[in-house]
Amino acid sequence: MRGKLRSSAAEALSSHLTDGMTVAVGGFGLSGIPTELILAVRESGAKELTIVSNNMGVDGKGLGLLLENKQVAKVLSSYVGENSLFAQQYLEGLLDVEFVPQGTLAERLRAGGSGIPAFFTPTGFGTPVAEGKETREFGGKMSILEMGIFADVALVHAHTGDLEGNLKYRLAARNFNPLVAMAGSFTLAEVEVLSDNYLDPESVMTPGIFVQRLVHVENPVKDIEHRTVRERNESDVDS
Amino acid sequence: MWTRDEMAAIAASELAEGQYINLGIGIPTLVANHLPAGVSVTLQSENGILGMGPFPYKGEEDPDLINAGKQTVTLKPGASVFDSAVSFAMIRGGHINIAILGALQVSERGDLANWTIPGKLVKGMGGAMDLVAGIPRIVVITDHLAKDGTPKLVRECDLPLTGSQVVDRIITDLAVFDIGYSGMTLERLAPGHTVQELRDKTEASFTQRLEPHDVGGA
Repeated sequence: MRGKLRSSAAEALSSHLTDGMTVAVGGFGLSGIPTELILAVRESGAKELTIVSNNMGVDGKGLGLLLENKQVAKVLSSYVGENSLFAQQYLEGLLDVEFVPQGTLAERLRAGGSGIPAFFTPTGFGTPVAEGKETREFGGKMSILEMGIFADVALVHAHTGDLEGNLKYRLAARNFNPLVAMAGSFTLAEVEVLSDNYLDPESVMTPGIFVQRLVHVENPVKDIEHRTVRERNESDVDS
Repeated sequence: MWTRDEMAAIAASELAEGQYINLGIGIPTLVANHLPAGVSVTLQSENGILGMGPFPYKGEEDPDLINAGKQTVTLKPGASVFDSAVSFAMIRGGHINIAILGALQVSERGDLANWTIPGKLVKGMGGAMDLVAGIPRIVVITDHLAKDGTPKLVRECDLPLTGSQVVDRIITDLAVFDIGYSGMTLERLAPGHTVQELRDKTEASFTQRLEPHDVGGA
């Protein structure tokens, strides 16, 4: 049985990504982004993509690579302040952008993956986010209708996976990854550790049913956007 | 005029033992350094941390452990990590007690604008719209005047809103205001400043409920 494991990101992606598709991508800033899978998208040359991702990487890193390669037509993101190429393409009108509040983005992905076509939320009422959207009052509070997101392809970074496609994430690198995994009709996961044994069922964070292809990426490059440290002699900040 | 640390200390003075707090980027981050003696609160970071600790020691930075400002951080004992939907369930579900945020403009009704300047600043709202919609108490810390010298406390925000009628308290380098059903009330004035000066630097209308002992000091 060939199973879900493929030997390279390019092989895992081949024939599944075509021009004009919607691609959901995990990660927050540069933390927990599927670096190898993003490179495979760049190599594929697929164009006119709609990217659903909380951020768009930074110049020259993460999803910034797809912007450089002019493969992106539309973006759904909550925050893109770290990417000057994005600002340039957006202000020049080359890029269609839908700003989505971060919690709404997470919930839209969760809803899409859960077969919930739309939901009401107070987030964004009275702001530009509400423009053109149905509103309704619940318990004296106004809400707006937000649509679930369905992605053709989802790209996930996990720490550990098994051959069943079960995934575990590490620390805050989890962020949007389990949600994009659910929202994709074809989900690829890169894992830092491919477990010889099946994962302890109780420790599985994303059950394998949400994962169609698996790639083992040993020692992936992980970048830090803002390296903040304290000196050894500094007393702990009690928070 | 209050310093950034003094503004953070004023914000911290209302925090109580056991509360769950979300701190925005910039001056709000400093609030963690000024907690009242004996008070410990739990910091949430919306990318998926409850129980966030201080910056790591040099050499112990972990790219898998950052805060919502993409800075390297640590976990405190008792911390938990989770996905973004669970994180915003905490925020949108009203489980976090207080959020302390920055602002571009605040209106006298408590409207907040802090995410975009059309044609100029392309950043996005991040989690700010969810925070102000879901968290019961919203405190804003901001300079009283914008960099170009114009008032940030206005009658009506002309910048796109983050939330409508969401701000409960504003702490600036000059004054503290509370916002309620009857509008904005001046609660404290920084030492060395007068109410008249404050009115000149504030477009929003406010009422004055100052006792002599509220004037001056941090």
